[in-house]
Amino acid sequence: MMGAIGAMVRRHPTLALGLLALAVMAAVALLAPAIAPFGPTQMIPAKRLHFPSADAWFGTDRFGQDVFSRTLFGARVSLMVGVSVAAISLSLGLVIGLIAGANRLVDALLMRMMDGLMSIPPVLLAIALMALTKASVKNVIIAISLTEIPRVARLVRGIVLTLRERPFVEAAIAAGTRQLRLLSRHILPNTLAPVLVQGTYITASAMITEAVLSFIGAGTPTDIPSWGNMMAEGRQVFPIAPYIIIFPGIFLALTVLAVNMVGDGLRDALDPRLLRVGGLKSA
Amino acid sequence: MLLYILRRLLATIPVVGLVAFFVFVLLYIAPGDPAAVIAGDLATADDIARIHQKLGLDQPFLQRFLTWLQALLAGDLGVSIFNGIPVATLILQRLGATLALTIASLLLTLSFAIPLGVIAAARVGTMTDRLAMLVALIGFSQPAFVLAYLLVFGFSIELRWLPVQGYAPLASGFWDFFRHLLLPATTLALIYGALIARITRASLLEVLSQDYIRTAHAKGLSSFRILTRHALKNAGIPIATVVGLGLAILIGGVIVTETVFSIPGLGGLTFDAILHRDYPVIQGVTLFFSLAYVLVNLMVDLSYTLFDPRVRL
Repeated sequence: MMGAIGAMVRRHPTLALGLLALAVMAAVALLAPAIAPFGPTQMIPAKRLHFPSADAWFGTDRFGQDVFSRTLFGARVSLMVGVSVAAISLSLGLVIGLIAGANRLVDALLMRMMDGLMSIPPVLLAIALMALTKASVKNVIIAISLTEIPRVARLVRGIVLTLRERPFVEAAIAAGTRQLRLLSRHILPNTLAPVLVQGTYITASAMITEAVLSFIGAGTPTDIPSWGNMMAEGRQVFPIAPYIIIFPGIFLALTVLAVNMVGDGLRDALDPRLLRVGGLKSA
Repeated sequence: MLLYILRRLLATIPVVGLVAFFVFVLLYIAPGDPAAVIAGDLATADDIARIHQKLGLDQPFLQRFLTWLQALLAGDLGVSIFNGIPVATLILQRLGATLALTIASLLLTLSFAIPLGVIAAARVGTMTDRLAMLVALIGFSQPAFVLAYLLVFGFSIELRWLPVQGYAPLASGFWDFFRHLLLPATTLALIYGALIARITRASLLEVLSQDYIRTAHAKGLSSFRILTRHALKNAGIPIATVVGLGLAILIGGVIVTETVFSIPGLGGLTFDAILHRDYPVIQGVTLFFSLAYVLVNLMVDLSYTLFDPRVRL
């Protein structure tokens, strides 16, 4: 076991480092209530805008809330949004892509719709969608997923069309394999590697988009400590209390970096040929 | 050549139509009654009904879409709910600052990202390559506003070299314009440039593995000449494609960067519109940016003819 892990670290250092960093961040998110010295929304009016010190490692904000505790809890929102958006957009995008790749008529229709959706810059589409509904983590997840689905669908469709030309698929068709079985047994397994890699990039980009939405006031409700919300909160007092923005900002950047490292590592570890253009993030 | 251009132009029309349709749907399902807003606080139900009729809000969906589309083609994007100013006017007022920031970021990006990608590809596998790609990966993982605040903290607050925020139009003198634009443009260029550097390296490596490159080496051409004259031109199409597609990232970045630096551009307009739930403005800006994005990508498609004459056929 240890030997296997050692071999993986040597062969794919980026992947290993990214996974390690991500595991640490996930532990932080899960254990936040146990590690955080204060409640995430606990206000101590006597300790407003204190600089980082031994009492408050990351300082305190305008309401006397502990920035360190809030930053730890912020990991929860970020990871939840990232993972949920990836799961939703991958599964729906996979279905749409498979259907489009299987039927020419449906393909033309679906892909025009995807082209239209993809022509709206993702952050703007998410903003426009969020403006229609009330702020909640669920709505943020739905809005960001909608911006990512077309990209997954396009990727999957492209792979399906390439696979259809491959001899083993032609052989399966010639042998009379039914459509459903063809898709599930021969095509689907071959889309998984690139889709998985795309999923990591979607996770990274969803985390950034959530922070952007919250930062400009169209995202996570302000009473939930998310990194974007904390940074929005610190905007007014940035010149005198830069730490309110800088600490959650660094956490966000490091988490996104870890996810992207996992993505790059996976891309190199799995078949690299299908994935050359991977890594287009959206915000 | 003409046929190719014509084909690309024709292919753009349905996309633009769909974008317009999606944006209309967003406006259609937006909560609130624009007629009630226009009528004001003292309006009676009758007044509102009259405005409904006047604006055609009592018409069925498809009818409303066609009316809206007709107005759109005449440059009418509706009126802001918040201050009653036509959305098209608001966009034109704010366009200058956004355009200045976008162009500055784009120029800055191309000036360092492509050389960085070329150097990394030329020295593939060495420490230089690894370092360049590590920097690119870190840049690529930065949320624009985090990087923006780090730069402001370092260069404006600690070192006091540059203004913390604000914008000066070119008319107020180049130096002032430049000083205000430097940090926001650098923020965007670092993020966008990281993406371009990655794709430049990847496309070049692909080209460098081909036979004609070996031939060029064999006939004794210098590595520099092979890299710049033979390889880079053939890597041009994927690079141009990502420059175009990446613009979506740049646009997202522009919106937050303008917010951080209080630049009076379209991002600032969006920010205010969200605050007031000013749907026509949000929709107008969305439509405007989407059309700009589609147009730029059309130009990218047309630029393929410069890199590869076969495309012209």
